[in-house]
Amino acid sequence: MFDPIIQVENLSKLYRIGLREEIHESLVSAVVSLMKRPLMNLQRLRKLSTFGENDDESEDTIWALKDVSFEVQQGEVLGIIGHNGAGKSTLLKILSRITEPTKGEAKIYGRVSSLLEVGTGFNPELTGRENIYLNGAILGMRKTEIDRRFCEIVDFAEIDRFVDTPVKRYSSGMYVRLAFAVAAHLEPEILLVDEVLAVGDAAFQQKCLGKMGDVAKEGRTVLFVSHNMSAVNTLCQSAIMLQSGQIAYHGNVADTITCYLENVHGGNRNPDHTKASSVAFPEDPAKPLQVRKVSLTNAQGQKKSCFDYQENVVVNITFDLRVPNRGYLAALLLRDVMGNVVFFSSDDDLHEPAIGGLAPGQYSYQVKLPSYLLKPGRYYFTITLNKKGRVGPPLDRRDSLPAIEITDLNTRRGIKKGFRKAAVVAPEIPWSLT
Amino acid sequence: MTKTDNTKSGPVRPFVHIRPRTGWQLIDFRELWEYRDLFYLLIWRNIKVRYAQSILGIGWAVVQPVFTMVVFTVVFGKLAKISSDGVPYAIFSYAALVPWTYFSTALTQASASLIGASGMISKVYFPRLIVPITPVLDKLVDFAIALLILFGLMVWFRIEPTIWALALPFFILLMILTAAGLGMWLTPLAIQYRDVKYGMGFVLQLLMFASPVVYPASLIPEQYRLLYGVNPMVGVIEGFRAALLGTRPMPWDLIAVGTITAFVIAVSGALYFRRTERIFADVV
Repeated sequence: MFDPIIQVENLSKLYRIGLREEIHESLVSAVVSLMKRPLMNLQRLRKLSTFGENDDESEDTIWALKDVSFEVQQGEVLGIIGHNGAGKSTLLKILSRITEPTKGEAKIYGRVSSLLEVGTGFNPELTGRENIYLNGAILGMRKTEIDRRFCEIVDFAEIDRFVDTPVKRYSSGMYVRLAFAVAAHLEPEILLVDEVLAVGDAAFQQKCLGKMGDVAKEGRTVLFVSHNMSAVNTLCQSAIMLQSGQIAYHGNVADTITCYLENVHGGNRNPDHTKASSVAFPEDPAKPLQVRKVSLTNAQGQKKSCFDYQENVVVNITFDLRVPNRGYLAALLLRDVMGNVVFFSSDDDLHEPAIGGLAPGQYSYQVKLPSYLLKPGRYYFTITLNKKGRVGPPLDRRDSLPAIEITDLNTRRGIKKGFRKAAVVAPEIPWSLT
Repeated sequence: MTKTDNTKSGPVRPFVHIRPRTGWQLIDFRELWEYRDLFYLLIWRNIKVRYAQSILGIGWAVVQPVFTMVVFTVVFGKLAKISSDGVPYAIFSYAALVPWTYFSTALTQASASLIGASGMISKVYFPRLIVPITPVLDKLVDFAIALLILFGLMVWFRIEPTIWALALPFFILLMILTAAGLGMWLTPLAIQYRDVKYGMGFVLQLLMFASPVVYPASLIPEQYRLLYGVNPMVGVIEGFRAALLGTRPMPWDLIAVGTITAFVIAVSGALYFRRTERIFADVV
């Protein structure tokens, strides 16, 4: 077996968060504290950077990272996902040596470049050419290395006419293109990237993603932090999900993303739910309109949660209508595991809503999703019941619902070729030759 | 936090060991050498940006000491009639202002440098020592220009340098060492306590009067002379005067005491800087 290129053991980082200010009840105490202020300030500022023995338990400290251990093999592209504040950036900051861990250690074999932001150290007074050199050096490139790649960088950024113009005269688009171009031409063995793809217009983002893909294909080791699940899925083979500074899941990229999305959508969702084919909700008389039961069946009415590519998925929605209808409508939103919205559909897309003019009572919708459309994988859906034109949260919204699993064991594409990874849907499109 | 180790078999790969650091460390010169391009580019950037979009440009390096000299000559030379050891007061004060201006501007810039570079510090790793040392080095350009003016003034006033002018590089090194040492002390303090920023101008002004800029060191009573020499800039300034103007014999006692302090400041400064640098990214 290969030796891991990055070994992380029990990495932990303790941060001190701000202390609560005292509130004074009298003028005397306010004056006294004002006189004591320099001393207190000194203690407070010192405390920011020093930690005592039993600070773990103290209420003004927070473990941004706690006992994180993992290994990365040479050439592996590892995604790091998690909610805001889960510790992703702290982890990258420690691995790129910007800040020091409180406990634990990491061993890195190879030259590391970190890309936590594009355009670090850019100076508006300097020209494009000068900033390329400066930024390159800040990112750890040698001058000769930048000389060698200079033309490539300028081409990639599409700024050749403005190379000798101060960057303060650049448009913001040119600025980020140049900034990313420098970063994209780093040649480290290990690259740590934090959410930098969110720059520039859509076309440039696509180009950046492509460049990242090339880097990954060249056999470099990449740690990639992102909220963009499609990007993580496209670029990475495996992923780590962080939650409150700890590793919540570490596995192949699809499983980790699934875990993350279930966490996002369901909150404290019972994991069995997604395997079940139906779910019921207790009555809540306060709601004028409420989803009571959702189940999945095929076109023949057979209950199931795992469907074939060639089968129709029917979502059965049973709901209570408690007041006479006043322009209510129902909608369904389908997402893939990456969080991409596959489609959004509501009952008034094609004609007036069917629930128009109904008397109070219990009714049921059958929503028949098209067959030959969804590529194999897991899908999540959200159901909302709402009043037309209403602002604010919908009248009823359910997203802890059974997941739809699509498999394809029958078509040529499903068995032999496999589905295109980056494609969102896989409709069956006839090709006829004349 | 960092240790470079190339003992791993096979092709030589850099090895980085990240862990909580304890104890004191001296400067990692090898790492600084690896980052020499960044050093060079940052110095060059500072010089270029400082004078970008200004009419006088690099001329500002001349204006500051020359005009200070004019004011000092009028106030201290003509009005207060302070002794200038037998040479015209203008060149007497200017010979002191050249190293002093370097020292005070380098120190001001160095102490503000880490706060100015906070964006870089929280986003990229590089040897942190580069940040305070860069202004200490880039101010040498201004210093060189001011020194040329000094040579011009010497021709104008027909003053011949002594043989000790050959020792000038030593005084310049002592001056750089003092500025770098104090810079390494002040930058970590400035990043944690903004008081340093507010106090800098005031303290530098006091320090100027604790150095023989407007008066000769010969005014200091004999029994306090060595204590006075603890300030390394005393030795530097009096050294400049003795070497170039030949006003007095070389004050070796002051220079020796000052050199010792400069080394103590520089070594302790480096130790202190290296000990505190690991928390920079957390406190900026």
